[in-house]
Amino acid sequence: MESTEQTRSISGSMQSPRSPSSLPYLSVSVTDPVKLGNGVQAYISYRVITKTNLPEYQGPEKIVIRRYSDFVWLRDRLFEKYKGIFIPPLPEKSAVEKFRFSAEFIEMRRAALDIFVNRIALHPEVQQSEDLRTFLQADEETMDRFRFQETGIFKKPADLMQMFRDVQSKVSDAVLGKEKPVEETTAAYEKLKHYIYELENHLAEAQKHAYRLVKRHRELGQSLLDFGKAVKLLGACEGEPTGKAFSDLGTKSELLSIKLQKEAQQVLMNFEEPLKDYVRYVQSIKATIAERGTAFKQHCELAETTKLKEINLDKLMLTRSDKVGEAEIEYREIKAESEVATRRFERIVTRMEEEIVRFQEQKTEEMGVAFHQFAKGQARLANSIADAWRSLLPKLEASSAVQI
Amino acid sequence: MMGSENDQEESKEKMESLFLREESDPLTRSDKSNSNSTYRSAMSTLSDSRHPSIVVTPADSDPLFAPPSYFNESRSKPNGGNRDSSSYLEPPSYADVIFSPFDDNSEINGSDDGGSRHIQSSDSLSRSPSSLSSDYFKITVSSPQKEQESTNSMIPGGTTYVTYQITTRTNLSEYGGSEFSVRRRFRDVVTLADRLAESYRGFCIPPRPDKSVVESQVMQKQEFVEQRRVALEKYLRRLASHPVIRNSDELKVFLQAQGKLPLATSTDVASRMLDGAVKLPKQLFSEASSSVEVVQPARGGRDFLRLFKELRQSVSNDWGGPKPAVVEEDKEFLEKKEKMYDLEQQIINASQQAESLVKAQQDMGETMGELGLAFIKLTKFENEEAVFNSQRARANDMKNLATSAVKASRFYRELNSQTVKHLDTLHDYLGLMMAVQGAFADRSSALLTVQTLLSEISSLEGRAEKLEAASLKVFGGDKSRIKKIEELKETIKVTEDSKNVAIREYEQIKENNWCEVERLDRERRADFLNMMKGFVVNQVGYAEKIANVWTKVAEDTSQYNRESS
Repeated sequence: MESTEQTRSISGSMQSPRSPSSLPYLSVSVTDPVKLGNGVQAYISYRVITKTNLPEYQGPEKIVIRRYSDFVWLRDRLFEKYKGIFIPPLPEKSAVEKFRFSAEFIEMRRAALDIFVNRIALHPEVQQSEDLRTFLQADEETMDRFRFQETGIFKKPADLMQMFRDVQSKVSDAVLGKEKPVEETTAAYEKLKHYIYELENHLAEAQKHAYRLVKRHRELGQSLLDFGKAVKLLGACEGEPTGKAFSDLGTKSELLSIKLQKEAQQVLMNFEEPLKDYVRYVQSIKATIAERGTAFKQHCELAETTKLKEINLDKLMLTRSDKVGEAEIEYREIKAESEVATRRFERIVTRMEEEIVRFQEQKTEEMGVAFHQFAKGQARLANSIADAWRSLLPKLEASSAVQI
Repeated sequence: MMGSENDQEESKEKMESLFLREESDPLTRSDKSNSNSTYRSAMSTLSDSRHPSIVVTPADSDPLFAPPSYFNESRSKPNGGNRDSSSYLEPPSYADVIFSPFDDNSEINGSDDGGSRHIQSSDSLSRSPSSLSSDYFKITVSSPQKEQESTNSMIPGGTTYVTYQITTRTNLSEYGGSEFSVRRRFRDVVTLADRLAESYRGFCIPPRPDKSVVESQVMQKQEFVEQRRVALEKYLRRLASHPVIRNSDELKVFLQAQGKLPLATSTDVASRMLDGAVKLPKQLFSEASSSVEVVQPARGGRDFLRLFKELRQSVSNDWGGPKPAVVEEDKEFLEKKEKMYDLEQQIINASQQAESLVKAQQDMGETMGELGLAFIKLTKFENEEAVFNSQRARANDMKNLATSAVKASRFYRELNSQTVKHLDTLHDYLGLMMAVQGAFADRSSALLTVQTLLSEISSLEGRAEKLEAASLKVFGGDKSRIKKIEELKETIKVTEDSKNVAIREYEQIKENNWCEVERLDRERRADFLNMMKGFVVNQVGYAEKIANVWTKVAEDTSQYNRESS
């Protein structure tokens, strides 16, 4: 629960339920993971609690039950609707079967989902999404229906047209031998793209080592445990005062083993997981970049098509053809589409500019917190190691003084 | 000194002293306390008097029950010159002190702490030879060199072998010199070990480095040679730290005699006769040579008849029904043996876990370092590509974390190299446990010799009785039978003598066993305590250092503290 407190307070005053009722707030928490179902179809459900004073919502508090695929639905919808915005990433879907229902994994996923929803709730634009309201408020049946619709074959006609056009352009590109025909070439954008791609590599490496470090903590803990046991057995064979000294040494060793295991978990949750989240975020930005590319291409192509249609129309008008009427309608349609595409593209550009600033600030904050917690944890661990061993010294000293 | 007295008794004494090397004041009494004190005085005197000593303890008073008058000699190591003892008790900061408890090859890295001192707390934390602080006896093995074995024929190019320079620095008066060097090859070390094993039966002689069965190519590789050099040095230093063996002729000759090593390479009696450096008792020249050989185990010698007899004896012991295999009736001994075995098992286990611990520490340090490097790369990247101040701030935070991770990694590695040295004590004692086994084996084989002779005597006596009974029936005596009886009686007498010698040898070995095991137990307990202290102090010191590093980072990032408590 503490982590959810933290993420809420990161984001500012919007989240405080205790703030004066005049200030709008929307606060969400994802809690109480419960395993439902049997065998292969088993899954985890979460309680999602919404506290708000926003008028669009059905009341000050609402509790719903959601599962992971509901979150996926929400994200997919938002990604479609809010192009250009870096939609917060979700924790990974699949996990090793054995691990899927372990307490640690469930907790980590819950925490990640909580962060996900809260980030959305805090985003000035996305928080107003209707899909978000659905997600937070709809009863479970309705939610199931929505979710099924999305993943099912019932797609809206406009979407189908879009998909068709995408395939069309891809095919024609391939046929014409143009792999990446149209791309933005502004220096700033190039720089951004390069930055994002490189960043992913660097972060992935850092995250890899962070994960290994967690393992090392666990291994060191295990070896201390084994060492402690072995040394105690040895002490049982030895005469005094060495025997007792070994026994004390073994006990301390076992104690420290526990502390190491605890710290391993802390490093996993407070350091490695944020790094992984950072990587996911960058991947999500890459997806947005792809969207922008698509939008740009559409905008360019439609603009070109519009021009062609215009030229055609002018030609027809000059020759006073009877096809002018038809051509004029076509031209207007295409022009309207082109304008939509251009606006869509420009909105993406604008959004991305704001998003980048936000992203960088958010990441600095979140990384700062992660580093701080890591450092504190390591310091705490090292200090307790020092304390534990130090407490042995007077006894060892006394033992040495005894005439053996 | 080994004069040419013909007196059987005295020459037997000398013969015993040859093998037992008790350098002490002559003692002829047989009470228990003195049996201990010969040993004890052997440890404490530096005198070169090699008076023969007889330690005759009746077979039924086992030295194992002797009072611990031996314990007067305190273990000086843990307390001697412990300059840091006060610092263990107050809540100190070890972070400022960098420990280098070992003389050689210790890394000292104090670059981070401005006020760091180097402390050579070698007395309290080292495992250097104990007992006497004024002794100085240090052996170094160095400069391995390839040499050619010159063959007798004129064919050029013989086999090559490696020699090592053995340098001794000592102030012991036996050596009459404070520093000297010889060149020896591994074969010489084997010879030394073999001779010591013969001379010091019942003693816990440190085991020599293994002969390696590798091809000659490998033999000459630097890594192998270096490993061997280290092993040789360790071995010789252990010999030098053994209170009795350090004064042995064999070791002296090994360390001092220039040129070819003047020790016999086999137990062949004939070659021993030819070798002038070893002084032989007159006994060897008489015909009753069997009593000399008796003090050596049958195995390894050339007396196949004896070997056969003892084998038969051990078999009859085995099959003797209620009697255990080596008719060792001494319960205390058997208990001790079992305890030693248990102890050995636990040491093995502990040393294995110690290895795992060391590996885990090593891995932790490595991964920490890699993490640091990854963040340094990230930092550099962010700085180069920074468009926003938030990026620069993040880069700064990362840099802090990265450099601290690298520092911590270095500390882990230093900690580990020290830990290895400390926990090596466990490995070392594995070797010494083998020495104990060897000592126990000496006792068993000596006992077997005694038993063999006893049953031989009884069977001879049985034959003599039968012959006597038979000859009585013949009126006027049977000249041939009478002659046989006399011969038998003569053989019996000689065998009796051998038996007595064997019994004395056995008793002496028993006592050596007991003293050695006691000594080893004491030394081992002290060494283990020392090891623990060293290990713990090390851990504390480096844990504090690491804690400091991370505390600073936590402080520098305190603006990110979000905890409500």
